[in-house]
Amino acid sequence: MLGAELLLKSLEEQGVELVFGIPGGSVIPLYDVLKKSSIKHILTKHEQGAAHAADGYARVTGKPGVCFATSGPGGTNLITGLATAQMDSSPVIAITGQVASSFIGKDSFQEADMLGLSHPVTKYSYLVRDANDIPGIVEEAFFIATQGRPGPVLIDIPKDVFTQKVTEVRNPGVRKHLLEKLKKPELDFTQVEKAVEALKKAKKPLIIVGGGVNNSEGSNRLLQDFAMKNEIPVSQTLMGKGVFPADHPLFLGMVGMHGTIEANWAMQNCDCLLAVGMRFDDRVTGRVEQFASKAKVIHVDIDAAEHNKNRASDIPIVGDSKDFLEVLCEKLWASRNNKEWLRSILIQNPVEKVNFGRGLDPEGVMNLINSLLDDDTVVVTDVGQHQMWAALFVHPKKPRSFITSGGLGTMGFGLPAAIGVQMAYPDKKVVLITGDGSLQMNLQELAVIKQWNLPIKIFLINNGSLGMVRQWQELFFQENYAETILEVGPDWEKLAGAYNIKAKTLYENRELKETLHSSMANREPWLVDIKVDPGANVFPMVPAGCSLDQMYRSWKNEAHVSSIG
Amino acid sequence: MKHTLAVLVENHPGVLSRVSGLFARRGYNITSLVVSETEDSSISRMTIVVDGDERIIEQVTKQLNKLIDVIKVNDVTNEDTVNRQLLLVRVNADNSAKGEIAQLMDIFRARIVDIGRKSLIVEATGDEEKIQAIIRSLQPFGIQEIVKAGIISMVRGPK
Repeated sequence: MLGAELLLKSLEEQGVELVFGIPGGSVIPLYDVLKKSSIKHILTKHEQGAAHAADGYARVTGKPGVCFATSGPGGTNLITGLATAQMDSSPVIAITGQVASSFIGKDSFQEADMLGLSHPVTKYSYLVRDANDIPGIVEEAFFIATQGRPGPVLIDIPKDVFTQKVTEVRNPGVRKHLLEKLKKPELDFTQVEKAVEALKKAKKPLIIVGGGVNNSEGSNRLLQDFAMKNEIPVSQTLMGKGVFPADHPLFLGMVGMHGTIEANWAMQNCDCLLAVGMRFDDRVTGRVEQFASKAKVIHVDIDAAEHNKNRASDIPIVGDSKDFLEVLCEKLWASRNNKEWLRSILIQNPVEKVNFGRGLDPEGVMNLINSLLDDDTVVVTDVGQHQMWAALFVHPKKPRSFITSGGLGTMGFGLPAAIGVQMAYPDKKVVLITGDGSLQMNLQELAVIKQWNLPIKIFLINNGSLGMVRQWQELFFQENYAETILEVGPDWEKLAGAYNIKAKTLYENRELKETLHSSMANREPWLVDIKVDPGANVFPMVPAGCSLDQMYRSWKNEAHVSSIG
Repeated sequence: MKHTLAVLVENHPGVLSRVSGLFARRGYNITSLVVSETEDSSISRMTIVVDGDERIIEQVTKQLNKLIDVIKVNDVTNEDTVNRQLLLVRVNADNSAKGEIAQLMDIFRARIVDIGRKSLIVEATGDEEKIQAIIRSLQPFGIQEIVKAGIISMVRGPK
């Protein structure tokens, strides 16, 4: 058996059914034996696409997503994908070919120091020096990627190790100290007790949930039970979407730079904040010194390093959100009355709608998309204005069903991630909400959609600009629209047509509903180019560096930059 | 305030780069860092002196703990420890000064390890204070070059 065969066997043993990748010089020996394994290979058109597809697969399933790339540029093209996965705690396994051992360090053709390059953007990385070590390394890599706070792991394998004859397999198992380091932390019950007391005493309690609740299976139900029984309003970060029903009266929506008025107001006025599986990112907190400044903060996270990193917490609790919520449900199970607090939140003014009539109203488009979702639809987004509109108005109904690049904010993530999602769940409906800036960053993957006839619905929110940057230029840079207007966009119908993908362009409301409906109804890929108002901005908005109670509530009206509440 | 962290890590290539990368990336200030193999050759010990307030030290410790190759992090700042640093100094010394320097170094239990025509090399070990004192005492003669190793630290056994 060769190293390459042993690698595939080890991946099979980890339950890997499909990988995304592109062959190249250093991985020819791996691709040479691919057919002998049960693993299905999805040929993307760029390594970045492979990494994001693996990431999409991982996010939607919770299982590691695997990608292959060759040495040098193949590996470096993965880096953005790995950094994206790292920032959002997604278990991606990247396997890169490396130049043959004797060529390492000589600036050989297509040589890049993948170990060094991967350090800051992965949870861990390996250079395999002996094929006999492969099963041990693969087992440990999967363990590391999935245990504790998940994250990407890279395995770099020199070409000669792929072709090395396996003589005596060594698998010492996962290193002992890692079993301890990455095991599920046990709750500190004195801390939990303090949290219970704080919540009992609270007059204005608020919950905020993040990606950790999405990651911890079953915690969404516990969260719902707990919040509903105790009548505590629930807000979320971008990564926390899908864990609490958006149509429930306790649901306040997203907190932060583009948070809802209710959620941000509640955050600034609550006296006790229960933060679960979130990390106080600057896009969530605004000016952190003034974030939830009246609140006693209970911070539950599986990663101890998140405590006191961005926002000091009064009651830090290291643990899995499900474990914590389970105990909380047992301990605090009395109905309570927060009617007055809830009422004070809900009377906050709604955002004034502004429609210039120069195209479709993006918020209306989002509401329509939202109405098309069934219980299992997975929504994938790219990055920018459309992402924030989707976050505010499109609400998938289950955990792991809003797939977006939150931490790194990677434009170009959406299309390949949607491919990963649809490959993982062929029967689920997958909606990609993207922008014309983002979609052009990994456009080449349209070929993959066609090749596998993935029935992804691409709803392109087309404003002919790099909209979010344009919005900042409008609001904070005296309308100096430097290089944000995409003067020449493709004819999207023709472009989709080039890949034999059905497409339609929409300029007005009349056809919108019917087109979106009919595109959703069939089992084919569709690209709908929705020409939205190019001047539309995302509101509410808290300018960067401001506290959450300094919100722009509507378009270009300085008077609205005022404290709320 | 300066903290001394005793960090046990896996002894294989790349570990130092991960640790130093962490410090660089998150903007923590390393005052000194020493790596050496321990009694168990598969494990290395890093003694890291880092400057920062309580919150930074908490983050440094936790971020180090997150690294896969880190086995254990121990903040020994407030423990009863023996701390040592190694110093080499080449100092100007004509024949008249040589005797004086030798006497001075005797007080510090430092040793003269090389004699040149117009210079000496002094070797000393001690805690940071003692090393500073030695350097100060040699300054009047004219110091040509100083090399110091990082601080190593060991917790004293129970009395």
